Amino acid sequence: MNLQTIVLAAEGGAIPVVHPVDADGVFSLLWLIIALPLAGAVVLLLGGALAPRALDRVGHWLGTATVAGSFGLSLAMFVSLLGRSEEERQVGQHLYTWFEVGGLDVGMDLLYDPLSALFLLLITGVGALIHVYSIGYMEHDARRRRFFGYLNLFVAAMLVLVLSANYLGVFLGWEGVGLASYLLIGFWQHKHSAAAAAKKAFVINRVGDIGLSLAIALMFTTFGTTDFAAISESAGDASQGTLNALGLLLLLAACGKSAQVPLQAWLLDAMEGPTPVSALIHAATMVTAGVYLVVRSNFIYDLTPTAQTAVVIVATVTLLWGAVLGCAKDDIKKALAGSTMSQIGYMMLAAGLGPAGYPFAIFHLLTHGFFKANMFLGAGSVMHGMNDDVDMRHYGGLSKYMPVTFLTFAMGYLAIIGFPGFSGFWSKDKIIETALAENLVVGLCALLGAGITGFYMTRLMLMTFFTEKRWADDVHPHESPRLMTVPLIVLAALSVLGGVLILNDFIVDFLAPVTGVAEHHEPPLAPLVITLIVTLVVAAGVAAAWFLVGKRDIPREAPQDVSFATRAARADLYGDAINEGLVVQPGRRLVGGLATFDRVGVDGVVEGGSAAVGGMSGVLRRVQNGFVRSYALSLLGGALLVVLALLAVNLA
Amino acid sequence: MTNEYIVLSAILFTIGCVGVLTRRNAIVVFMCVELMLNACNLALVTFAKQHGNLDGQIAAFFVMVVAAAEVVIGLAIIMTIFRTRRSASVDDASLLKY
Repeated sequence: MNLQTIVLAAEGGAIPVVHPVDADGVFSLLWLIIALPLAGAVVLLLGGALAPRALDRVGHWLGTATVAGSFGLSLAMFVSLLGRSEEERQVGQHLYTWFEVGGLDVGMDLLYDPLSALFLLLITGVGALIHVYSIGYMEHDARRRRFFGYLNLFVAAMLVLVLSANYLGVFLGWEGVGLASYLLIGFWQHKHSAAAAAKKAFVINRVGDIGLSLAIALMFTTFGTTDFAAISESAGDASQGTLNALGLLLLLAACGKSAQVPLQAWLLDAMEGPTPVSALIHAATMVTAGVYLVVRSNFIYDLTPTAQTAVVIVATVTLLWGAVLGCAKDDIKKALAGSTMSQIGYMMLAAGLGPAGYPFAIFHLLTHGFFKANMFLGAGSVMHGMNDDVDMRHYGGLSKYMPVTFLTFAMGYLAIIGFPGFSGFWSKDKIIETALAENLVVGLCALLGAGITGFYMTRLMLMTFFTEKRWADDVHPHESPRLMTVPLIVLAALSVLGGVLILNDFIVDFLAPVTGVAEHHEPPLAPLVITLIVTLVVAAGVAAAWFLVGKRDIPREAPQDVSFATRAARADLYGDAINEGLVVQPGRRLVGGLATFDRVGVDGVVEGGSAAVGGMSGVLRRVQNGFVRSYALSLLGGALLVVLALLAVNLA
Repeated sequence: MTNEYIVLSAILFTIGCVGVLTRRNAIVVFMCVELMLNACNLALVTFAKQHGNLDGQIAAFFVMVVAAAEVVIGLAIIMTIFRTRRSASVDDASLLKY
């Protein structure tokens, strides 16, 4: 009954249809946003054959300039988009026909709408800052040019992902991001752990990719097309089972890219890459792709409450899972990675709540992009001053030695825990509020997650910048060069001010042409009371960290006689063990069994057969003894046989 | 009346056959083969007489022509073997085997 009303509502036009107008004016340069970083990647990666020295000298500036150029274009288009009326805010550009096979006609089409607009700003803006930071961070790396080539490739792939107007184009960017992340996580390939982490990320991502490719195949058989526009129009005509399957397959895809449980295991290992890569993967690109996919597919998810419920469950589990990991890790980057998982969980949660949540998912994605990039780059700056040590137990009292890093990191910290007034406060508060209005249990879990966030981020902050010094004598902490601190300052400012997007419900109205307008759900309590409760829970988390970490001595070595919970969290909540037990071992046994069957069964039949024929012919060839009279005898015998047979036939 | 010819032909054929299987001298084997061929010719001519047409006789001519050609080649081979091995025994020429 409930399902029917929703489907009927969809036919009534509650779900917005993608209907782009042709690109003109500044929008005709849409393709250039992708082409710039792509050209940068090509020049940096392939140009080395022509002018290696010159490229080594200016390559990093070239790589930064292409992304900055894309940012300039994105900004110009954003401003131009704001000047348009709401009906004209979806702009499409047809570049060329990608391929035509039978009934499937796939064009290289771009779609620029409010959702892509915000993503473009985040990807190119934060991406450009990370590029600038990398110039300083990778200064002493002999392969810096290649690094920038990969970064450009990463950005270009992500831009294809968010600009494409059909699912196949999204898939192209999706795979490109997977490839670039593989190259970047394993950038220091001489380290065995980095190579293994890159492979792990790639393989786990493939599992998600299967979901996306199956979803695309299902779309083609159901709708005969993969265009957003056509599918959003006819999604209501598909059967409920198809829609459920589509929603769940897309969720599987999102789980892979966005590191949601059960495909979360790659994210913490991905910290093996250089720190700017972690910032790029965790803040501006890659992990946000899953959230993008769910929000972009709103015309499917709005019709399938089953898949939406699945999204919410996955998101809730992930946001708590990631938060618990963040509490136990001593590696500063891994603690931040756990926090990313948790925050992406918040976004997915909001995205699973339907039209009421979509804008807040994107809002939190943007603010998270700012403060998480800020904190990752800050962590890189700390490592830079601490001889690349990542163990927080070896830090302590760094606020005096790295004032700029400390202050900018503090802005990110206040933003992520949701200190009133900072960007994260607005975005997370909105998600918890929406979740409480939809479902009490989910809302309470989100609330609990906020408290844990307060705890682990305060722990990280205290262990790094406060408490007494614990570093070795030969370490001389120092502030990072200007090239690294300036992006930090910009990102810190954005972390503080990101909340302005919610002023006047700007982002909700801005995204309305894409995500639709939500019917109003009354939260169980007044919004102000909820905000107060959230703040109190966060304060409790912060206070707990203060008493459990700040007030105690922190040993340089992690204590081993700890509770089961701590041990579990240190072991990633046995995520790897679960994968090992449920997938790897059975897979290995299956493959081992197949190999044995192949060796014994298939090879046995084939080789045994040939051996039998060989043996028999060894016996038979003895008949060819070279004596002509024995041949004559067999000839006679044969002739007699024929005669006897003839006689037998004729006389019988 | 033709029965006797058929019996004679069978006897000749059998003699030839036994000769081919038992004798080692290539020339004798060869002569036995000729004997068998002529036994067949005799049978063919007899059948032609029996049926009152010329089919058998024509076949007999063919056999004779082919036998003549075969004799030329066969004797040449036997002579060559004899020249190289100083022996006309068919059992000595048994190198071509497994």
